[in-house]
Amino acid sequence: MFDLPILSLLIWLPILGGIAVLLCRENLYAARWLALLFSLVTMLLSFGLYTGFDTSTAQMQFVERLPWVETFNIEYFLGVDGFSMPLMILTTISTLLVVIASWQVIKDRIAQYLAAFLIMEGLMLGVFAALDAILFYLFFEAMLIPLFLVIGIWGGPNRVYATLKFFLYTFFGSVFLLIALLYLQFKAGSFSILDYHAVGLSLTQQIWLFLAFLIAFSVKIPMWPVHTWLPDAHVEAPTGGSVILAAITLKIGGYGLLRFALPITPDASMTLDWLVISLSLIAIVYIGFVALAQSDLKKLIAYSSIAHMGFVTLGLFIIFRIFANASLLPGAGNGEVLAVEGAMVQMISHGFIAAAMFLSVGVLYDRMHTREISAYGGVANSMPKFAAFAVFFAMANAGLPGTSGFVGEFMVILAAFQANFWFAFLAATTLIVGAAYTLWMVKRVFFGEIANDDVAKLKDINGREFLLLGSLAVIVLFIGVWPEPLLNVMHASVEQLLVQVSQSKL
Amino acid sequence: MTQNLLLAIVLAPLLGSIFSGFFGKQIGRHNAHRITILGVTIAFALSAYVLKLVLVDGESYNATVYQWLQAGSLSIEVGFMVDALTAVMMVVVTFVSLMVHIYTIGYMHDDDGYCRFFSYISLFTFAMLMLVMANNFMQLFFGWEAVGLVSYLLIGFWYKKPTAIYANLKAFLVNRVGDFGFLLGIAAVLMYAGSLNYIEVFNQAPQMADQQINIWGDSSWSLMTVIGILLFIGAMGKSAQVPLHVWLPDSMEGPTPISALIHAATMVTAGIFMVARMSPLYEYSQTALSFILVIGAITALFMGFLGLIQNDIKRVIAYSTLSQLGYMTVALGASAYSAAIFHLFTHAFFKALLFLAAGSVIMALHHQQDIRQMGGLKKYLPITYWTSLIGTLALIGAPGLAGFFSKDAIIEAVHASTIPGAGFAYIAVMTGVFVTALYSFRLFFLVFHGKERFDAHGHPPHESPKVVTVPLILLAIPSVLAGYLIGHMVFGDWLAESISVMPEHDVLATLDYHGVWGFLLHGLQMPPFWLALAGVVTAWFLYITRPDLPGKIQQKLIFIWRIMDNKYGFDSFNEKVFAAGSRGLGGLLWKIGDIRLIDGLVVNGSARLVGLVARVGRQVQSGYLYHYAFAMMIGVWLLLTWFVI
Repeated sequence: MFDLPILSLLIWLPILGGIAVLLCRENLYAARWLALLFSLVTMLLSFGLYTGFDTSTAQMQFVERLPWVETFNIEYFLGVDGFSMPLMILTTISTLLVVIASWQVIKDRIAQYLAAFLIMEGLMLGVFAALDAILFYLFFEAMLIPLFLVIGIWGGPNRVYATLKFFLYTFFGSVFLLIALLYLQFKAGSFSILDYHAVGLSLTQQIWLFLAFLIAFSVKIPMWPVHTWLPDAHVEAPTGGSVILAAITLKIGGYGLLRFALPITPDASMTLDWLVISLSLIAIVYIGFVALAQSDLKKLIAYSSIAHMGFVTLGLFIIFRIFANASLLPGAGNGEVLAVEGAMVQMISHGFIAAAMFLSVGVLYDRMHTREISAYGGVANSMPKFAAFAVFFAMANAGLPGTSGFVGEFMVILAAFQANFWFAFLAATTLIVGAAYTLWMVKRVFFGEIANDDVAKLKDINGREFLLLGSLAVIVLFIGVWPEPLLNVMHASVEQLLVQVSQSKL
Repeated sequence: MTQNLLLAIVLAPLLGSIFSGFFGKQIGRHNAHRITILGVTIAFALSAYVLKLVLVDGESYNATVYQWLQAGSLSIEVGFMVDALTAVMMVVVTFVSLMVHIYTIGYMHDDDGYCRFFSYISLFTFAMLMLVMANNFMQLFFGWEAVGLVSYLLIGFWYKKPTAIYANLKAFLVNRVGDFGFLLGIAAVLMYAGSLNYIEVFNQAPQMADQQINIWGDSSWSLMTVIGILLFIGAMGKSAQVPLHVWLPDSMEGPTPISALIHAATMVTAGIFMVARMSPLYEYSQTALSFILVIGAITALFMGFLGLIQNDIKRVIAYSTLSQLGYMTVALGASAYSAAIFHLFTHAFFKALLFLAAGSVIMALHHQQDIRQMGGLKKYLPITYWTSLIGTLALIGAPGLAGFFSKDAIIEAVHASTIPGAGFAYIAVMTGVFVTALYSFRLFFLVFHGKERFDAHGHPPHESPKVVTVPLILLAIPSVLAGYLIGHMVFGDWLAESISVMPEHDVLATLDYHGVWGFLLHGLQMPPFWLALAGVVTAWFLYITRPDLPGKIQQKLIFIWRIMDNKYGFDSFNEKVFAAGSRGLGGLLWKIGDIRLIDGLVVNGSARLVGLVARVGRQVQSGYLYHYAFAMMIGVWLLLTWFVI
């Protein structure tokens, strides 16, 4: 590219767009089209990251570095690597989908609604692109504000409780993050995250920092037992809010562990890997069963999200056990690479699948105004096209090979076996439990005789909904059939991360 | 053999499926079946050509199509491996699929989901071909789960029917239990072989054979035993071996053509194919082989028994399929892999034939499936009658027909085997011969002979249209003739390249084989022949001569009958323990763990704590200066103490 400050453009374009949309206020027509235009341009621009990306290096790319608050040595420092770049593209695609999804659905204050999402998009892109700790923290906190507003204003009847719970949880986590980041500045002499990576720390220091990171990011992911805000937030959030929450917000937690916990505190990560591994396995098994008991569609998918994110944290933290076992093995299975890349693929894939699932619930909710599974039955009779999509995404959610849902789980399970047989054993139960809660839901909602008159009157999806679900289906299928184009961009970064974590800082 | 040739075989059915699935409305019903049949015909013709290339010209193929993913030095690829084993499977799959496609034109004629059905069965053909043509474990798993998906879609094809959507969920979940083991097996292979490519893994096998792994405590297991059993758990799901067999009888809720294609001829044999394909690994673990042998023997015998008391025409054949899959599994356990594949090969023809013939009967009787409501159909359905007779005779192993050769080869092999469990397996398969003949001819006599007990709906039943009867005839031909390939497939060198057997396990080599006629003559003097004959005679006596007897026997043995009617209690056990248990556990974890403990105690508890602190705080902010001064002094004192200490 022509030396465009592409990352700054990506961050500020949607924010400016958001402000512009906000100014439209009463002019619904202009608000919608303007929002669409800005999110579309942002998405196309983000593709430039992929095409211009140099896959051979783990160095930060598209770097922009300007002094900002010179007194405190805070910089405006942006850059991407193989971890952040795919997540940024996920963000821009999801936002575009949300804008299209809310086209006719949101009737109340649509300009403000769309503006919130555009501003949120810019801030989330900022989270992924920021390489200065303070800048990161600002984006990290600021992106929550539009999200709170979206849930608090356009949410369901119990939205205040949900927002408050969400706020308290994340605020609780953020405090620890801020302390950790400030402490690291004290040690490293700058706010650059890259300098943080190189700073030497004793084991005790690492453990305290690691715990701070873990608390901050585990709330976001969310990991058991700090997950209970998510089902409530999803249930109350409007469809667009759920999509962004599931597709992006949760990923910020996983990204945080990758960017901060593992490279900054490798020894503590190794010492405490048992903690993260056991929480991840609890998330996969325990939450899987909890999902089985849900009677609310959104809660079911929310719990399913938690279980799927368990694979991300599992993949990231089994690497130390694989390193330990690798010396005993004749044929190195490359488990550590599979684990980290599997975790990344799982994040991207879950972003798309969860978005599709929440959009599907939105399709039903817009027509029936209920999320209770028992209110449905035999929807396939009146909405055959929609049912086909729903079965497809359900299968993707259950990790069927050929869909993106399979790739990450497959990689992590293969890797987990190289860490410990029982890790793989417990993780693989998702094959059964994941299929059980997803397909049982499909059976109760879509199959059978038409349950009631409301279902009989349902209209099949319109062109706009078809476009949304269809494009997600294409992406999910593409990643499942050929994941290498996605993995290709992260190889170098994963390799570097594995070097970082295997070198003790002590 | 070129990559393009193989790609054409795989993609032709896929394209057909896409066209009829997505554009069924636009192109119409006729074009939907034309295009899918064209796709499968191409696949069949080219598969036959590939078989010729492999067997006559001695070619083989193993290459990558594209790289699926790269992780470090590990490359997982999509590719094809074609040898005699693959080529035989390709021909069986595409041939039966073609017959079923043609048959479907008649069977599904009045169904609203006509195009959808063709799309599914073509998609199935694609998935099954991917499975058998894979050259690596990832693609094998892809095909494995993809056929499971199509099976799910097809069992629940009539998605309004409560029993159908119960059965398809059950089938998928039980298969997933198998896949759970299968995936762990694949993970073990990757860990110790460092690759998922078949050839690379097989080359590593000798080194892997010396490895031990610890699973629990200090007890160490032979690696090959662990891998073998884990992979076989996958096969138990797909090929419906006890105790993962429970889904197959219920899968009969799907339309009959797919019962023939998926639940008799092809998909359910994927497990058999997989174990044969992995013979270079299985040969290193006698424990795993014994396990397979015993599971197969239990399935062969006890599922056969259940066939005796079923009254639904399709369920009788379904239990027969379970029992025959048990025979194949027994052969695998005895290291007679080629005999297993040979039985798979012959069974595909005659079992598909029996299912399609049953479908023809069902159509003639307006979807009546209860054999107690049939009888005397011989004169109304002549083609169905004669083809059914051929299929039934082939199934029970009547001398000269396909099943005779393949089943006798298995029985002889088990007889010669010396691994633990072989004695039990021999008794099981021998008893099974009698049971097979009894339930097969019970079905045959009750349907085609005896009194007419059906409700004719005003006009006598008539023979099905040509699109139905022609596939029956075309399947009847190999049901008679396929057995004569025994010299090549079991005792010859066709499969020698694909299958590896250690000398000490090679039971087939210990059998004297002097040509196909010698085998035939020898078979006439052996007990299986007489057992089969006894079964036929018993069936004739019970259901033709003395039709009052079966009821009386049932009354006398009511206790045993109840156990069998409950299918040995597997279903109710699974329903009560696993299904209800999981739902209960989920509810418990949610209500107690999430709601009461985490939310109730911790989250809302902290909120209450904050409230409490705030109340105390309000007291502190009293507004009196001396209160603040006092607090400051305490604070200073605390700070000083902190620094001094």
